[in-house]
Amino acid sequence: MAVITVREALRQALEEEMDRDENVILMGEEVAEYSGAYKVSVNLLDKFGPERVIDTPISEEGFTGIGIGAAIAGMRPVVEWMTINFSLQAIDQIYNNAAKLLYMSGGQLKVPIVFRGPNGPAEYLASQHSQALQSIFCHCPGLKVMAPSSAYDAKGMLKAAIRDDNPVIFLESELMYSWKGEVPDREYLIPFGEADIKRNGSDVTLISFSKPVKLLLDAAVELAKEGISAEVIDLRTLKPLDEVTIFNSVKKTNRCVIVDEAWPFASVGSHIGYLVSSNCFDFLDAPVELVSSEDVPMPYNHRLELAVQPSIKKIIDTVKRVSYRS
Amino acid sequence: METAQVRQYSKEFLSGLMEKMLLIRRFEEKAAQMYGLQKIGGFCHLYIGQEASGVGSISAADLSRDFILTAYRDHGIALACGMKPGHLMAELFAKASGCSKGKGGSMHFFDSSLHFLGGNGIVGAHIPVATGVAFKIHLKKESGVVLCFFGDGAIHQGSFHESLNMAQIWKLPILYICENNQYGMGTDFRRVSAVTDFTVMGNSYGIKGKQTNGMDVLEVYNVVSGEIDRIRRESTPGFLEIRTYRYKGHSMSDPAKYRTRDELEAYREQDPLLLLKTKMLNDGHITEEQFEALDARIKKLCDDAVKFADKSDEPALQSIYDDVFA
Repeated sequence: MAVITVREALRQALEEEMDRDENVILMGEEVAEYSGAYKVSVNLLDKFGPERVIDTPISEEGFTGIGIGAAIAGMRPVVEWMTINFSLQAIDQIYNNAAKLLYMSGGQLKVPIVFRGPNGPAEYLASQHSQALQSIFCHCPGLKVMAPSSAYDAKGMLKAAIRDDNPVIFLESELMYSWKGEVPDREYLIPFGEADIKRNGSDVTLISFSKPVKLLLDAAVELAKEGISAEVIDLRTLKPLDEVTIFNSVKKTNRCVIVDEAWPFASVGSHIGYLVSSNCFDFLDAPVELVSSEDVPMPYNHRLELAVQPSIKKIIDTVKRVSYRS
Repeated sequence: METAQVRQYSKEFLSGLMEKMLLIRRFEEKAAQMYGLQKIGGFCHLYIGQEASGVGSISAADLSRDFILTAYRDHGIALACGMKPGHLMAELFAKASGCSKGKGGSMHFFDSSLHFLGGNGIVGAHIPVATGVAFKIHLKKESGVVLCFFGDGAIHQGSFHESLNMAQIWKLPILYICENNQYGMGTDFRRVSAVTDFTVMGNSYGIKGKQTNGMDVLEVYNVVSGEIDRIRRESTPGFLEIRTYRYKGHSMSDPAKYRTRDELEAYREQDPLLLLKTKMLNDGHITEEQFEALDARIKKLCDDAVKFADKSDEPALQSIYDDVFA
């Protein structure tokens, strides 16, 4: 299998789906002539032309809504937000149009569209450019939400997202674009709502998605040295959520630690904590724990910004606490 | 703009305009009555006084290829597109037989088969969506034109300005129609607009604006016909301000104390139905008796719509989960 970057995996997914379906277009700031702010769309303008790879002005509300309008009229747009932070300019279009037109119209208007871009903390970007905003998308019915953690998942999930008839929020990560992983030559799709057990274990269930999955895998290696066998679940799709895989794992390990780089209040992590507590109560040997970011805006200083976020040490300490080993 | 001459048009055409406007007037009167009887709940924005705007405009469109989108004052626009009064009244009554299966209500009428794509409750939020429908027409090299209606309240939203810019840089076939009924809810548009002649609003985007008298259905028809022809020919966007007036409050709870009785009476004297009727009478296209017979027939249509809505079933409770996802 070829070893490629997450960036290249995403690019391949876009290219293959644009080859497959002429209604798939890519639009957003800098996606065409600049090849994307994070170089995800390299060569796509040359191959598909300016009618299908479309540079927009810096008008997030406007081009997000235009994508939605094109989608209800029959296109399958992929809208790139340069970063998910800028989607806040367009949140009305996402919440009130993309997520609700099907429902409000009694099933008449489908909105097959993908919104994608980097989400979550990067480095040295301060408060406005280093936010993990998955909670607000998962909060709203009518949106599907995906967040891959590897090159393999990124490609198969983006292809599935583009083929779906619903609005999909596809959360990438700036620091992950250069991560490498094996990707097969054959075509494959990763369906919605299927979590992936990235490591099998028997003593504690660790749950996350996107970039922090790597922290979980690294923490699991350290924990194994101390005799704690951690199972690592990568949710991949946040909505619809694969509750079965989560519950089955927790019923086996009897302990659960969730890691979410968003703020803790009303987050994906806190919601999964509620679901596990409610559905696995009789199986739990310790309280469900959440390792989140601190409830503060992101500081610029690197030592401070690292202190704000989940870390391997925080995860290990938490696992030891729920294992009564600290 | 000189007043359109009645002689240019056939009796059938004029009768069609009259019938549509009268249907809207009587439908809205019936809706107000049903609201008073608490058959209809929530927000209900009536189109009475503005009939010539919607009917004149949409009569100029070819709904086999053109598309219509509007905001929440959508009853008249929906009827002008040819939606059936029964399906609309049933939607107002929140019944399963309503055009949006009782999920949308007054602000969310849709009929995708008639190319009427709503019915949007957030001021200005549908303007990018309408622009996106025009974007699809442009990308697919089709011949349709989008008519995007909105009120004077929406014209200061960023969504309007972002849309006009993109419509112009991409040469999209869309006519932006500001139905200036002169009050954004209770606020006189002159109090909140830096300019009171909206024809200049597209100047920054190279879009030349026009203005027309929205009380005269033939003038509206003429101007919109001309604009649609031009847009089909040149494929560049247009902007039209239709000066109109709503006789009723913003919604059912609004006693409209922000304007004088004299002002309302002055507009009633140039009532769009009265204006057309007078022209048709003078030209021998209709007699008082024929008008009375038409009115009686339309009143019965609206009575039948109420009967249909009344005897229709409530949506099943289980339907709350339908159409969240496609």
